[in-house]
Amino acid sequence: MHLSYQMVLAQLMLGLNNGAFYAILSLGLAVIFGLLNIINFAHGAFYMLGAFVALIGYTKLGPLLGMPDFHMNYWAALLISPLVVGLLGVLIEKTMLKRLYKVDHLYGLLLTFGLALILQGIFTNYFNVSGTSYNGKPEILRGVVNLKFMMFPTYRLWSIGLSLGVCFVTWFAIERTKLGSYLRAGTENPGLVQAFGVNVPLMITLTYGFGVGLAAFAGVVAAPIYSVSPIMGSEMIITVFAVVVIGGMGSIMGSIWTGLSLGMLEGLTKVIYPPAANTVIFFMMILVLLIKPAGLFGKEQ
Amino acid sequence: MPEAPAKELLSISNLHAHYGESHILHGIDLSVRQGELVTLLGRNGAGRTTILKSILGLVERRTGSIRVAGQETIKLPPFRIARLGVGYCPEERGIFSRLNVEENLLLPPIIKSGGMSLTEIYELFTNLLERKKSMGTSLSGGEQQMLAMARILRTGADLLLLDEITEGLAPVIVQALGKLIRQLKKRGFTIILVEQNFHFAADLADRHYVVDHGTIVEMIPMEALGASMDRLSGYLGV
Repeated sequence: MHLSYQMVLAQLMLGLNNGAFYAILSLGLAVIFGLLNIINFAHGAFYMLGAFVALIGYTKLGPLLGMPDFHMNYWAALLISPLVVGLLGVLIEKTMLKRLYKVDHLYGLLLTFGLALILQGIFTNYFNVSGTSYNGKPEILRGVVNLKFMMFPTYRLWSIGLSLGVCFVTWFAIERTKLGSYLRAGTENPGLVQAFGVNVPLMITLTYGFGVGLAAFAGVVAAPIYSVSPIMGSEMIITVFAVVVIGGMGSIMGSIWTGLSLGMLEGLTKVIYPPAANTVIFFMMILVLLIKPAGLFGKEQ
Repeated sequence: MPEAPAKELLSISNLHAHYGESHILHGIDLSVRQGELVTLLGRNGAGRTTILKSILGLVERRTGSIRVAGQETIKLPPFRIARLGVGYCPEERGIFSRLNVEENLLLPPIIKSGGMSLTEIYELFTNLLERKKSMGTSLSGGEQQMLAMARILRTGADLLLLDEITEGLAPVIVQALGKLIRQLKKRGFTIILVEQNFHFAADLADRHYVVDHGTIVEMIPMEALGASMDRLSGYLGV
């Protein structure tokens, strides 16, 4: 088999692109799990929802409002979609998840799993399961960039940079700011943080909204790359859960690194042994579970 | 001890507390005046820690009445109770391992004016200043205890609930804590001390409440302590 280094680099770049989405999604899962102790199975559905808010805003919102020429553009979608979906998350936390904190974690998982199925079901009813393409990609992000070793689509380069930027800002906000210190302390001992006068219930609600908003953000960024489909979330989330298991739930930086490197591993496998590309992450998961059950960055509990 | 009877800062009546199926406190009545230092004495498991947790609403279910600075708190969430001016130093110290010393110190938000400034705190606790960038749980037990105390002095809380602060610490550190508590009392803090170390408590407190099986069995003012020693030994099992 002939392996050119161009081919390897090209697949690594594409893998990094996928990995950036894994990173944002597993980051949100880790933040939510840290404070709420809930494994948010609906995370993939919110990612899908994020992409659909962008798609609907671009194609359907104008006609609905009686202005056929109106399209909610990509930049607006980057901002509005996480807000809309984050707000939905806040609503879900306030009305449903809140009631489950006193019972076993399993109930939270079941509830969010149910929500994911409902959301996916609703969208399957109205949209094509094989996907609708999103045409709102801005002019400036069309075309390709010459990276010397390959011609790389401008939009993909942008999506890698943007995703990494968002990951870094989130990491910084949690690990290095005053507000983040409440979140870190709340993850360890929410009762005590509340006993110091911090409104922990509100913090929990906003954290869920934020985590869910991150998923929606990833959905918008992904929309121009993959076609927007009701099942895009459930396909993605299975891989992301494997990423989370490998990285361990404990650490923010851990979930970012794991997401990126597993994306690249996937890319690499595509060159070396393509049939294993879709399963290599799961092999890694089994390996890590056997050797370090708490995950690479996780702490034993 | 204050000359004229000062106003009641905390008054508890008929407090019951539950964890799941177990009924821990059975009708506690207790009151603390402004500037007073009161201890809760009793064996392990008598319910002393639960009294402190109930004051902050950290138990699963509580009934009765708890008034802090005149306001009824039985229905309030913990963060609202804390904002009435209650500072809490838990038995396990509760130092956050993912926060460094300074972040731990600055974590509790300012709830009232009149707390100590950061400079004052670092003057009082010099080793915290030297180690402010270390992670919280890398400190020694004594230093962690000092940190747990220091962080509630900044916030303006005037009612301090201190749970077993001398537990497992070397005698020198216990002495330092005794000195600190005296200073705090002089500054006008109102303090409830849950203490296993009777001699430590006896020197400091204005009054002692003896807790047994979830009820208050006796209240002993400082002056009557000598005369009550025999009965007290019975309760404490010493």
